[in-house]
Amino acid sequence: MPAIDLDRAWKLHPQVSVRPEPFGALVYHFGTRTLSFLKDRTLLAVVDSLADHPSARAACAAAGVTEPELPRYAQALATLARSSMLVERS
Amino acid sequence: MTLVAQPAAPPAPEAPARPATGRLVDLFEYGLDAPICLTWELTYACNLSCVHCLSSSGRRDPRELTTEEAKAVVDELERMQVFYVNIGGGEPTVRSDFWEIVDYATSHHVGVKFSTNGVKITPERARELARNDYLDIQISLDGATAEVNDHVRGPGSYDTAIRAMQNLRDAGMKNFKLSVVCTRYNIPQLDEFKSLADRYGAQLRLTRLRPSGRGADSWDDLHPLPEQQRELFDWLVAHDGEVLTGDSFFHLSAYGQQLAGLNLCGAGRVVCLIDPVGDVYACPFAIHEEFLAGNVRMPGGFSSVWRESELFQRLRRPQSGGACASCGFFDSCKGGCMAAKFFTGLPLEGPDPECVRGLGEAALEERRARDVAVPRAAVDHSHRTTRAPRSGPGPVRLTLSRREDIVRPPVNACEEDPLAGFRPE
Ligand code: SF4
Ligand code: SF4
Repeated sequence: MPAIDLDRAWKLHPQVSVRPEPFGALVYHFGTRTLSFLKDRTLLAVVDSLADHPSARAACAAAGVTEPELPRYAQALATLARSSMLVERS
Repeated sequence: MTLVAQPAAPPAPEAPARPATGRLVDLFEYGLDAPICLTWELTYACNLSCVHCLSSSGRRDPRELTTEEAKAVVDELERMQVFYVNIGGGEPTVRSDFWEIVDYATSHHVGVKFSTNGVKITPERARELARNDYLDIQISLDGATAEVNDHVRGPGSYDTAIRAMQNLRDAGMKNFKLSVVCTRYNIPQLDEFKSLADRYGAQLRLTRLRPSGRGADSWDDLHPLPEQQRELFDWLVAHDGEVLTGDSFFHLSAYGQQLAGLNLCGAGRVVCLIDPVGDVYACPFAIHEEFLAGNVRMPGGFSSVWRESELFQRLRRPQSGGACASCGFFDSCKGGCMAAKFFTGLPLEGPDPECVRGLGEAALEERRARDVAVPRAAVDHSHRTTRAPRSGPGPVRLTLSRREDIVRPPVNACEEDPLAGFRPE
C-alpha cells in the first residue's frame, strides 16, 4: 500500500460526506459511490480537521495521536487517500 | 474497504453500553444513528405480478405519500445524512411524480438507486438518467432466458428488461445493476447472467429469495435446493469482486468460509424500509405488523422512529442464538435471515429455513408436524387477477459441476454497492 505524505496538506474530497456515529464515522463519496468506516473517534477528529492544518502530521498531533500511534493513523489516511476520499491541498 | 486504525482502536468516549472496539459487525449490532441501507418503496402499484413479489404489490394504495410528503422525507434524510436510498416499489416509475422526487433527492445530497422492471426506461429517459451522477439504476430480471424469467415475472417482462438495458447502454449509462433473485430455476444460469450483464455494461447483483409477500406462496417451488445453495456459494467464491450480493447470503458462510460483507441481519440496525404509505418496517422483507416501527407522518418523523422506536431498540440488543448458539458457524452465519424464519413459521432465535446444515429443514418438518400456523402479512396490494403461484415443474434445469479449487471470498455488500469490497477486518 502506498504511504501518505504526512508532511503535506490534505483535505476531504469535495464530494465526500462524513457522518459521525457512536463507533467513529461513516464516510461516503458521492462520486465513486463508496462507503468507508472510520472505526475510532480520534481518526474522525483527524479527518475532520485536515483542512485546518498545514500537514496531516499536524492534524494528527492536534487530535492527540501519539508518536507510537502515528503509523496506524498514517495507514488509515493512506487508505482514504487511495480511494480518493482525501485529496491534497495545493 | 474498511478504514480503521489497525490493531486496537482507542475507546470511544460515548455509549458505554456498546463495545468501544472490535469488529465493525459487532459494533453495528447496536445500531447506527441513521440507516446505511434504507429502502424506500414509493408505490404499491406495479404493471407486473411477479409470483415472488416481496411487498405483494399490484394496486396503488390511496394513502400513499404525496409529492410534498415525499419531499419532506428527503429533507429529513438529508438532515440525517442518509447518503443514499434504494427506491423501489411496486414499480416506482409508474408514479407520475417519480422523476420529480428522484431529482429532488439527488439535488439534496441523497443519492438514489432505483429498482425497476424497465417499463419506463425509454431511450430519451435513459439519456437523461445517464447525465445524473447521483443516480444508479437496477433492472430486475430473474431468468437469463425469457422462458425462465417470464415463468416468475410474467409474460413479456424479459423483453421489457432487455430493452431497458439496451437503452441504458446506448445512452452511455455505466455500471447500472442487473439484479437477480436466485431461484431453483435460474441458479443453473449464473454464467449466462454474468455474460448478459457484461454485454450491457452492467454489474451483476445476486440476491436471496425470501418467503416475504407473495414469496411466501411461491417459496416452496422457487427456493434453491440444498445442492444448489452449494453451487451458488462456489460460484460467488469463484467470482470474487465481480458480483454484488446485497449481503444476502451470509447464511451460506456456514459452508466453512466467511463471505465478505457485513454478515449480520441489519434489520432495524443498519437496514429499514419506508413503505408507500410511510410505514417504517425493520426490513423490506419484513412487511408485517410485528416489524412495524412507526410512520414517517408521526410527530418527530422518520428520525424519531429510527432512533426511538421500541421495536428498533429491541432489535439492537444482542440476540441470543437460540438453537444456533451452540453451532460452530454461528459467528458468521448468525442464524441467517430473520424474515425468512418469521415467514416460514420458525422461531426467530434458531436456524434459518435454508440452514446449510439442514437444521432449518428439520425445524420446518417439526413445525408442520405440530401444525403451527405460519404468520401472514396483512398488507396485500396484489392485482385481483394476480396469478396463483404456479405449480408443477418450471423450466428445465441444467446442472453445473462444482469447482473445488476456489478459495477467495466473493465481494459482498450490505444491500448496496457502496459497501462493495468492504471486508470486516
Ligand atoms: S431480515 Fe433478512 S433480509 Fe432483512 S436485514 Fe435481516 S437478514 Fe437481511
Ligand atoms: S445452525 Fe444456525 S448458525 Fe449454524 S449453520 Fe444453521 S442457521 Fe447457521
